[in-house]
Amino acid sequence: MTKLFQMTRVSAFAFLLALGAATPVPAFAEVAIQEVKSDKGITAWLVEDYTVPIVTIRFSFQGGNTQDPPGKEGLSELISGLFDEGAGEFDSDTFQTKLDEAGAEMRFGAGRDTIYGSMRMLADRRDEALDLLKLAVEQPRFDAAPIDRIRAQIVAGIVANARDPETAAQVKWQEALYGDHPYARPDDGTEETLATITVDDLRAYHKAIFAKDTLNVSVVGAIDAETLKRKLDDLFGELPEKADLRPVPMVDLKLGQEVRVDYDLPQTSLQLAFPGVARSSPDFFPAYVMNEILGGGGAFSSRLFNEVREKRGLAYGVSSGVVTNKYSSGLVIRTATRSDRAPETLGVIRDVIRRMTEEGPTEKELAATKKYIIGSYALNNLDSSEAIAATLLSLQQEDLGIDYMQRRDALINGVTLEQVKEVARKLLSVEPAILVIGPAFEEGTKG
Amino acid sequence: MESKSFLGRRLRLGAALLILSTGLAGTAHADTTPATATPVAQAQVENEISSFILDNGMQVVVIPDRRAPIVTHMVWYKVGSADEPPGKSGIAHFFEHLMFKGTEKHKAGEFAARIAEIGGSENAFTSNDYTAYYQTVTPDALESMMEYEADRMRNLILTDNVIGPERDVVLEERRLRIETSPEALLSEEVNATLYQNHPYRVPVIGWMHEIEQLNRTDAVAFYNQYYAPNNAILIVAGDVDAGEVRALAEKTYGQLKRGPDLPPRLRPTEPEQNTARTVTLTDPRVTTPSYSKTWLVPSYNTAEPGEAEALDLLSEILGGGMRSRIYQALVVKNGLASSAGAYFSGTRLDVASFAVYGAPRGTAKLDEVQRAVDEEIAAIVKDGVGERELEAAKDRFVRSMIFARDNQSSMANIYGASLATGGTVEDVQQWPDRIRKVTAADIQKVAAKYLKAGNSVTGYLLPAEPVQN
Repeated sequence: MTKLFQMTRVSAFAFLLALGAATPVPAFAEVAIQEVKSDKGITAWLVEDYTVPIVTIRFSFQGGNTQDPPGKEGLSELISGLFDEGAGEFDSDTFQTKLDEAGAEMRFGAGRDTIYGSMRMLADRRDEALDLLKLAVEQPRFDAAPIDRIRAQIVAGIVANARDPETAAQVKWQEALYGDHPYARPDDGTEETLATITVDDLRAYHKAIFAKDTLNVSVVGAIDAETLKRKLDDLFGELPEKADLRPVPMVDLKLGQEVRVDYDLPQTSLQLAFPGVARSSPDFFPAYVMNEILGGGGAFSSRLFNEVREKRGLAYGVSSGVVTNKYSSGLVIRTATRSDRAPETLGVIRDVIRRMTEEGPTEKELAATKKYIIGSYALNNLDSSEAIAATLLSLQQEDLGIDYMQRRDALINGVTLEQVKEVARKLLSVEPAILVIGPAFEEGTKG
Repeated sequence: MESKSFLGRRLRLGAALLILSTGLAGTAHADTTPATATPVAQAQVENEISSFILDNGMQVVVIPDRRAPIVTHMVWYKVGSADEPPGKSGIAHFFEHLMFKGTEKHKAGEFAARIAEIGGSENAFTSNDYTAYYQTVTPDALESMMEYEADRMRNLILTDNVIGPERDVVLEERRLRIETSPEALLSEEVNATLYQNHPYRVPVIGWMHEIEQLNRTDAVAFYNQYYAPNNAILIVAGDVDAGEVRALAEKTYGQLKRGPDLPPRLRPTEPEQNTARTVTLTDPRVTTPSYSKTWLVPSYNTAEPGEAEALDLLSEILGGGMRSRIYQALVVKNGLASSAGAYFSGTRLDVASFAVYGAPRGTAKLDEVQRAVDEEIAAIVKDGVGERELEAAKDRFVRSMIFARDNQSSMANIYGASLATGGTVEDVQQWPDRIRKVTAADIQKVAAKYLKAGNSVTGYLLPAEPVQN
């Protein structure tokens, strides 16, 4: 492991959900996206490129953890561990051996709102690799032994974290924010819910979710459009036309509350959740720009970063992110600070928020941030086949259109100072939900 | 040891993740059968990697990848935590933070603002053997990145009022990464036990009580000793060509004066080790026990020809992913473990390490997991590995380098890490050929020679209270 014990200056402090889904896109002439539609009506976005002899495919179905039936939480997680554990006539061992021999890497995963798969393969072994992917998508076996094994591994993970204060805190935090909405449930489920999941549940989920109408596909690499058309029909042509999804309501974050996990730690984790805006809202870009100025992860120059880290050395990382899930949105600030200075840190964060609410950003900040947001899109999202495939998939999921990259600069440049100020007032003047993990303290006391 | 190896989470990592992390993967000339002959062959010629040295001693490597108008600019210094003076642990990493503090010409924040203006990103990292700084930008900004980076190589201004808050930031970083993590705390102690004399025993981030004492004088001394063009490597990967990079490098870095010649990087070496040592950490946050067992082994830089490659393949076959022997035996077949595997960290200037790890599942006991892992090692020592599994492991390594070519920053990292730990561009390029040459007998030999029970360190992470099943 090359990176063993490397220390980086700024932690990722990941807002995977937030930025992964919400990050929009700029004009990038070099990435020519073709829309490919197969005979059986499967649509994919393709970026054809032969520089490196590999092909990357990524696809998703609407679904994910929110589709786990009540009492069967963890089903999406379990099923996404089973697609390389046997398909068609091949049992787990045979399937994995064939995959390895074909030189392909296949992955499946579940998010809150989607279940997704990807494969990276060598161009000259493409047919073999895609045949295996087809089997996995169409005919997963769900044999008893792999089900029990993967379930036991998920349970082992749950048990291993059972006394970890961070894990306990996340559970309490989700429940506090989302109440009885499916987003409140732990992604992995619990030992009890996992135990109830049967092979019939897995088959039913597969049948209900893996359908053409919610399928999105992106492909990057050494493959042409005509070949891809045939491959799309091979891979997905036999799936049911329509998904059978259980309805999921929209949910507003429950704010104005404090969630504490008191634990004797040398460092206190803090999270503050504010209201957000939906990806489809006209306020999205003003909010996105405002967040970037407040605590965006891209530059070393956000207000939170300057006040909390640069000036006072209170934390290693501090950032804010916009979260745009399908059924909910929010704006979340995170940091971790020396426990005896936690009240001070929280005070500094509140001051930064107050200033943003009352005054908004300056013209100069707005202009610089727009430039950053426009320029960073390609640099962050289009620097490898996998990044391009992931970006194209999220554009499709969010229904932003194949010309989005050409339109994005104008959307960002169109944001006015007044809009940003207004959205700051709207979002940040609400009393947030606050999560504190660490030794108990009273807000307002000086550490 | 990385905390990941101790976690009781299921190991669902694809093989590639682990292969890439073996460090030496990557070349522009992977000897694979091209699929669509013409474009691929053409691309290989265009994307030829080149390397040259500036008059002041700075090495330059250019890795063209013209697919998108993106360039990764990195400067690697051949100095890491293992080069720190005694009592000053953490200075290499602390100094890395201080490199962002401004120079006579460019005040603090100006470089960052310039990068942000074009939407670029930047960061830096420190390891035992090297420290690197990088920016990802559009090609038109490359010259200005070089200008800023060359400027801070020699012209940094360090004052006490920037030192104080930044030291607090580093202390928070240590709390975040180490003090709040039982896995990380144990791994520090295992390391300090494994290396008895070599400075690899000291954590990269430094010991808490020594970081607290680091000051301006230490930083300035460190800067003056190690930050000079003749101790640095420039790696530029992306939408550039070698001629262009050479011209820009001469115009910027080339204007810096060569520093004093640095003495050879001779660190204290390990004595012969003849004991099996155990380090145990119990913590109330832990529910599932886990263990690791680590040996000292040669690195790519110190090994006899072929031995490091054999160790890399041994780690892959023994425990490198879901097809490995340990995973198949313990996780898939007998169900003793929720996670188990092996890894080799061979990209080091000096002596490296090889580790196995595991955590029990359900009602299985930790010592059963340990015994079963030991049996897998013993089986290789006694009977060697099969031709088929060896070929499969080699294929995985070789293809990992084709996949690596898809990402300019991974290519830059592969070359940088290798060059900063005694390797050459040719070493990286010929790695697949050397991997192809390893025989089953070579692997059996290194297993027998290095994985001896009598000179390992076993680390246990245990619950503070017993857990009822």
